[in-house]
Amino acid sequence: MSSLFGARVQRVEDDRLLRGRGAFLDDLGQDALAAAFVRSPHAHARITGIDVSAALEVPGVVAVYTCQDLPPRLAQPLPLLIPHPDLTHGRTPYPLASGEVNHVGEAVAMVVAADRYLAEDAADLVDVSYEPLPAVVGLDAARAAVHLVHDDVPGNRAANSVQEHGDTAAAIAAAPHVLELDLEIERSASMPLEGRGVLARWDGQSESLVLWTSTQTSTGVRAAVAAKLGLDLSQVDVITPDVGGGFGVKIVHPWPEEVLVPWAARMLGQPVKFTEDRREHFIASAHERGQQHHVTVGYDDDGRILGLDVRFWHDNGAYVPYGLIVPIVTSTQLLGPYKPGAYRVEFDSLYTNTVLVTPYRGAGRPQGCFVMERTVDAIAAALRLDRTLVRERNLIQPGEMPYDQGLIFQDGRPLIYDSGDYPAMLAKIKDLIGWEKFALLKDAAAAEGRRIGIGLACYVEGTGVGPYEGAHVVVETSGKVKVATGLTSQGQGHRTMLAQLVADELGVPMADVDVVTGDTRRFGYAVGTFASRTAVMSGSAVTLAARKARQKALRVAAGALEVSPDDLEITGGMVQVRGDPDSGISLGTVAVLSNPLRYAFDDAAKAATQFAGGGDPGKPPVEPDDEPGIEGRAYFSPVRSTFASGMHAAIVETDPDTAEVRILRYCVVHDCGPLINPQIVEGQIHGGVAQGVGGALYERMAYDEDGQLVNASFMDFLMPYVSEVPREVEIDHLETPSPLNPLGIKGAGEAGVIPGAAALAAAIEDAEGIPVRSMPLSPSDLFELRQASDQQTAPRAGGRQAGGAIPFPDGSGNDG
Amino acid sequence: MSAADELHGEELHEVRLTVNGAARTARVPARRLLSDCIRHDLRLTGTHVGCEHGVCGACTILLDGLPVRSCLLLAVSADGCDITTVEGLAETDGTLSAVQQAFFECHGLQCGFCTPGFLTTITAGLRVVPDPDDEQAREMIGGNLCRCTGYQNILASVHRAAEIIRERAASASAGRA
Amino acid sequence: MKPRPVGYMRPEAMADALAALAAQDAEVKVLAGGQSLVPLMSLRLAAPELLVDINRLAGLSYVQVADGQVRVGALARHAEVLASQAAAAAQPLLRKALRFVAHPAIRNRGTTVGSIVHADPAGEMPAVLALLAGTVQVTSAAGQRSIPASEFFIGPLESAVQPDELATEVRFPVLAGPAAGTGFAEISRRRGDYAVCGVAAMAWLDAGGRVGGARAAYLSVGPYPVVLDLTDAVSGEAADAAAFPAAASLARARLQPASDIHATASYRRQLAGALTERALAEALGDAREAMAA
Repeated sequence: MSSLFGARVQRVEDDRLLRGRGAFLDDLGQDALAAAFVRSPHAHARITGIDVSAALEVPGVVAVYTCQDLPPRLAQPLPLLIPHPDLTHGRTPYPLASGEVNHVGEAVAMVVAADRYLAEDAADLVDVSYEPLPAVVGLDAARAAVHLVHDDVPGNRAANSVQEHGDTAAAIAAAPHVLELDLEIERSASMPLEGRGVLARWDGQSESLVLWTSTQTSTGVRAAVAAKLGLDLSQVDVITPDVGGGFGVKIVHPWPEEVLVPWAARMLGQPVKFTEDRREHFIASAHERGQQHHVTVGYDDDGRILGLDVRFWHDNGAYVPYGLIVPIVTSTQLLGPYKPGAYRVEFDSLYTNTVLVTPYRGAGRPQGCFVMERTVDAIAAALRLDRTLVRERNLIQPGEMPYDQGLIFQDGRPLIYDSGDYPAMLAKIKDLIGWEKFALLKDAAAAEGRRIGIGLACYVEGTGVGPYEGAHVVVETSGKVKVATGLTSQGQGHRTMLAQLVADELGVPMADVDVVTGDTRRFGYAVGTFASRTAVMSGSAVTLAARKARQKALRVAAGALEVSPDDLEITGGMVQVRGDPDSGISLGTVAVLSNPLRYAFDDAAKAATQFAGGGDPGKPPVEPDDEPGIEGRAYFSPVRSTFASGMHAAIVETDPDTAEVRILRYCVVHDCGPLINPQIVEGQIHGGVAQGVGGALYERMAYDEDGQLVNASFMDFLMPYVSEVPREVEIDHLETPSPLNPLGIKGAGEAGVIPGAAALAAAIEDAEGIPVRSMPLSPSDLFELRQASDQQTAPRAGGRQAGGAIPFPDGSGNDG
Repeated sequence: MSAADELHGEELHEVRLTVNGAARTARVPARRLLSDCIRHDLRLTGTHVGCEHGVCGACTILLDGLPVRSCLLLAVSADGCDITTVEGLAETDGTLSAVQQAFFECHGLQCGFCTPGFLTTITAGLRVVPDPDDEQAREMIGGNLCRCTGYQNILASVHRAAEIIRERAASASAGRA
Repeated sequence: MKPRPVGYMRPEAMADALAALAAQDAEVKVLAGGQSLVPLMSLRLAAPELLVDINRLAGLSYVQVADGQVRVGALARHAEVLASQAAAAAQPLLRKALRFVAHPAIRNRGTTVGSIVHADPAGEMPAVLALLAGTVQVTSAAGQRSIPASEFFIGPLESAVQPDELATEVRFPVLAGPAAGTGFAEISRRRGDYAVCGVAAMAWLDAGGRVGGARAAYLSVGPYPVVLDLTDAVSGEAADAAAFPAAASLARARLQPASDIHATASYRRQLAGALTERALAEALGDAREAMAA
């Protein structure tokens, strides 16, 4: 049997989903009561009164709750999941607002009714009196701190954090050249097609709660809900249904709804379900990406970065339940594949009266990549050097691995790159996009009056973040192999990928392997799905667990066949003496043999009795350090993250009249080590690239000065259709194995999105000859940039070549 | 209609539909969206709701053979109509339809939430344009959002589906010959 | 996002529909395609008390060419108008503009009459009606009247149709003259979105084959479609000129678009100029073909 590792196996998930037999959250609980929420229409206000009497009169309404109705455990702020010493002023929301609301969409009251229509009718009738307060919207306002989001958080500053490696100020002061840049990325969001949802069933007799939630962490929700409801962990089970996309937003937990819905179910003695609608998802879940950065970089005549100082401001929205992960990732992953002589990064995480900010695919890396790559391009422009040459000169060399960047990563561990070959990757991307030949293409286009440009961007991504994942593998007497791991799936094909690994390890057909994810009844210790960690973490765990099961199976079979385990192999589900198929017994039979039951329940058990010769009467049927059954349970806990990397390159055309941007080519070179299922990895890249394009050219959350989200719908928040993505995504792979896990793999889930904004900004700048420092860039934005540039730089400096020096509006940047 | 035909104070209307070939009825208030009627009254949950403002296309069904957004229709408006949902696409013996099979082969779905809307849309689309070129394939799926796949494999699925339809037609007539 | 409770009737006779509209004892809205109304109801931005579903009224789903007009009945779906060969032959601008209306699934249900009555200044069909100086036929219990395009669009999402009236037909004049042509150009953020700016144009040649005159209607530049006479800027020009800068300048000078989250006013103005040239070029190309034929 050939190995499934590396095979383009079609997915086991698909058949049900294609037939419309998916079980997404809202498909479940058809008998449940429906919850709807009264949400604040103000960005910042005091609540002076809530009158629910009219709402209670609506037919079909069962209950209306406000903060006053909640028990003490629930009438307090939700957990701050990831504390950090620098997060000195962390604030989290109440499940239902207590006296103050801090963003449009914050939950104020919960209505439970016979169906969602009636619940919304009642929610409309809940009369909340607000005293509006000044709203702090945008980073400029947050920094200026004329008004505060939280009265007890001076300067709207949740955290100030500094990391440094080397003496950056000295390095910059001594550098032959210095550049300063201001760079900005605006807010976007994960925006999965399925919003959040929770279904709770409380069983009064057994005093147990079963919760379904569209989450990225079933164990996280379980622990939080148990704590909030005052239940033992063993009284709560969380099952993750089919999830219609997560992209990070569903890692946050517990959402207010995730604790309120089970609480209501228990209070009312009936199942209760909450299904978020699209407007709620815009104003009551989470956003990400909004940051402003100021860069000061000192470099030499070759473009080598001697000192890099990055000061940035992160808009964390009204609360920080997820801590500082996003800005910490920006801080550390900004370095990409480079080794600046010295690096200092400082950020302020600031409150605004807007929706929370928590990780969205890339989780701060897209911003970091944008900053670093635009800086490198600016250095190249100032020195009139080829942009890939400057990159080459700054790359960490393969011989320098493992490379210690001298910083602490988001997992609290040293930022040490384990493996990677950045020079080889650069050569590949240049080749794929045709970097050397582009100047000719550009000239030819210019002769036709067309503007085209080329850009590229590099990133490094810490994946397979700990602390651990685990897995359980059991061979049943039927020969079927049941696998469980605690993290969750949102469309990444985990069940397929993990089944490939188990099938390979155990020597069984993939069709005999069934994988369950995200169900605390099946596996109770887990962290969750985020940070591109599933293949590394659960992949390693299922492999180790399957190995244990295999060892056991060989031992038991060896006893039955009276050979040494070393003489045996497992192929096609049969345990046999190497090269002797006739000698084989099925794994199912081995499973029967491993469990010395008194009773023969079925044919498999009966058939196994031919081997049950009674055993040694001097020994117990189950030895002291042994167990019945063919099972393996294993955990994988890496010492550090493992670092994937990649480079994207794009060729764009800009319209001289309409400023529209068209992507002519989009190339990806991608290194996540060996690929378990190339088709799945490519699919992840395609999806990530689409989100990267979305973030570069289309998507931004538009808040007005009153803190109203003006584009809270799919009509005005512009996610790409097929017409907006590149016509083709050309992919080449590199594989530098990881030394940090048994499979040698690295994570792949987020990679596609990370360098999108950087690569496209670079290409547009190359086409236009105008610095692009802020994304997303719409045609209108580009038009306005052109206008501003025409006004400020006429007459332009002569002798600018393609890809050469770009004048800065303030005249700086050429010689420091 | 008798006065007892109401629920929670709202008048109920009888809606008769043919759904995937079967006669179905529901008694619903006028404001009941067709998407909710299909999902919760008829318990066919394969059709999904992504936005309720007609943009994402996840709720797309075939109404008298044409793709429409079920979230933009009131169930009462659809009285008397013939509806096909994703549950009605596979063959009677359970074989995946050509479009479903193509998605499977081409990895055209990841989370599967938007997929039913694409399947119905493409099923109808290929009836009108059985041999789409690249532009026509893009036009066919141009009104449906997907957040997972980036569309590349969905486009491949459209072309593969057209191929499978041809292959099945060829082997059917070969079988008859 | 679910609609508020609403009353519902689905008359099979026009008289019953009109009676319901005339009754005026409740807020009544007509439901035809529903592609604009239903999402507004789901968002609870519209909360009529009674819906009059006209989808069962007989004899309203026609697309016909008669008396120098393309006549579209109230229940003709965009897709049907788009597919009509007779309509496309008589007035090519209809098909050119309809291709930009949303996406096929919306066009399968939405009605052309409905979209004109909805009077969205970013809509394609209101601009087409304005350009062609068409009319809207409305009926009430009190009788019928014909509203010319110039009086039809009052403001954003506001038309001259009164609460007791039902729009039953839209009439688009056919493309007349031996050497006339139409063009349509639109820029939207994504394919199928509302226009950031759009232009519907009509142009004709003089006897010598040079530009005789032109007219254009603009979408997304104000509270309703704006029609500009471009004749002074283009008459006498070569019909196959590469550019029409005077027409573009005229458009940019005369239009007063607004800024919003998708585009600045100055960018919209820029687009209005650029798209005027594109639509004009297309119209003149068609006109030259017509003259050669």
